[in-house]
Amino acid sequence: MDASLYNARRRRNGLVKVVSVSATLVGLAWLAIILGVLLWHGFSGLSVSVFTEMTPPPGAAGGLLNAIVGSLMMTSLAVVIGTPIGILAGTYMAEYGRHDKLTVVVRFINDILLSAPSIVVGLFIYEVMVRPLGHFSGISGAVVLAVLVVPVMVRTTEDLLRLVPDTLREAAASIGLPRSLMIRRVAYRAARAGIITGVLLSIARISGETAPLLFTALNNQFFSTNLNAPMASLPAVIFQFALSPYKDWQSLAWTGALMITLAVLALSITARSLTATRKSQ
Amino acid sequence: MADVAWQEQALELPDVGARARVLNKLRINDIVFRYLTRASAVFVLVMLGGVIVSLGIGAMPAFQEFGLGFLTSESWNPVTEKFGAAAPIYGTIITSSIAMLIAVPLGLFIAMFLTELCPLPLRRPIGIAIELLAGIPSIIYGIWGLFVFAPFLQQYVQPAIISAFGNIPVLSTLFAGPPFGIGMLTASLILAIMVLPFITSISRDVFEAVPPVLKEAAYGLGCTTWEVVWYVVLPFTRIGVIGGVMLGLGRALGETMAVTFVIGNAHRISSSLFAPGTTISATIANEFTEAVGDLYTSALIGLGLVLFVITFIVLAIARYLLLRIERRIG
Repeated sequence: MDASLYNARRRRNGLVKVVSVSATLVGLAWLAIILGVLLWHGFSGLSVSVFTEMTPPPGAAGGLLNAIVGSLMMTSLAVVIGTPIGILAGTYMAEYGRHDKLTVVVRFINDILLSAPSIVVGLFIYEVMVRPLGHFSGISGAVVLAVLVVPVMVRTTEDLLRLVPDTLREAAASIGLPRSLMIRRVAYRAARAGIITGVLLSIARISGETAPLLFTALNNQFFSTNLNAPMASLPAVIFQFALSPYKDWQSLAWTGALMITLAVLALSITARSLTATRKSQ
Repeated sequence: MADVAWQEQALELPDVGARARVLNKLRINDIVFRYLTRASAVFVLVMLGGVIVSLGIGAMPAFQEFGLGFLTSESWNPVTEKFGAAAPIYGTIITSSIAMLIAVPLGLFIAMFLTELCPLPLRRPIGIAIELLAGIPSIIYGIWGLFVFAPFLQQYVQPAIISAFGNIPVLSTLFAGPPFGIGMLTASLILAIMVLPFITSISRDVFEAVPPVLKEAAYGLGCTTWEVVWYVVLPFTRIGVIGGVMLGLGRALGETMAVTFVIGNAHRISSSLFAPGTTISATIANEFTEAVGDLYTSALIGLGLVLFVITFIVLAIARYLLLRIERRIG
């Protein structure tokens, strides 16, 4: 009687262990399969012309230069707009308003914005920028991405400023440093690695964004650095080319997908190693 | 002594004006900086308000035209300008639910492996690898799903399922029809892969927060690993796990590009999971730039509003639950 119960418990435990190991293997296998397929399809199309030529009409040879430039321009502009707002808001929450009602509300809303569907943000910017201006433009694409950067920066800035020991703040205050200087000269410096991590993570987050760009920057088959006109971006080009029936377009889409994935993985691994060294110090 | 003090005062006297100016500048800087940070914090709220108000205004014409019937009507005809959101809402909810049915057990088992079974040196690398899955942009899942996963399902998996369940009453309608490859089930499977890392990493974090004493006490009584997880860890972390699941659900509901590639964009409610369907986000992504006429655009923005309201509620519940467990752990 007891022995059978004992055996049943052991069997169940063994079964669960097997299931749990295989679940992990399945998860890891997906990562391996996705990366493997990307490398397989994307690598064959990777050549110098990808970086030097424009997106081609169907059937012709070409590259992704205009899309790469467009993505870089909109991403950097988005970081330039979104980062200061995010850092300042995070500063308020961690430094001035630690026990405020406002901080609690902003943190809650910000966490929701952090995982809110980006396509809705795209519609929002379409309503407030594209419709009044009357046309799609690179600048509205950059603003969409900036709106997506803000929550990431708010979150990381607040978290990391809270990790700065209060003794540092007290030391700065005791030599008569005004609060704003204390924050800028002492607290920011102590949290610097973390804030850089936040910037890297937000770039990783926006560099693959596609849906919101479709209604704001649209796409552009030609080379353009005019922020007031439709602008190409890697994700939008991948979307268009992958769904097309042309083989050369599909292969360019794979190459673009490989580039984005490698960039995103490199960014997140760098960000991770930055915080890892900070923790071990 | 008095002389010296007097001399020092005399020396500093001409400086008093400059000193006051510097102090004044610092004080103004302080105030400006403080208000700048406060304004930025308020700006986060303004962004949320902006989203709701602008979508509300944009969706107004559609809601005026169709009323609440917009939410229940299945017709979607740009030519006759009849729009109803039932099919996309149905698709969104069904694909997300199936994705959660697959991803939640898988994620919990992985979290259990990482916290209870995994050898220590492997814990960090495996955890990071799973989290990297979360970093891969959704369009990558889309292109992979379209060119690799869907053909694979069409060729090998779907025919097998159709022939296996062909004679069983309920399952035969659920898995009916020709194997297209793309469709609701394919979209659900890809969504499951995409939300898996979120569920895994949050479950792992809350599992790790269980006080070791509790687990040690259970192990000391002779509990097996499974019994420790089932009777000690899970009850202790229930709220956090539910929060993580809701967070994953919020992601799945709003996921756009991966779904757009593989769902087939068909505006109908079909009983078969192999049939093409659509979701709210896929409809918007596919049709927005091609929408002619204000009513069409407005109907799409109305869909966006519906999506935002649904995800907002789900994410708000998720954050509330996670906040509660954070407070309890301290």
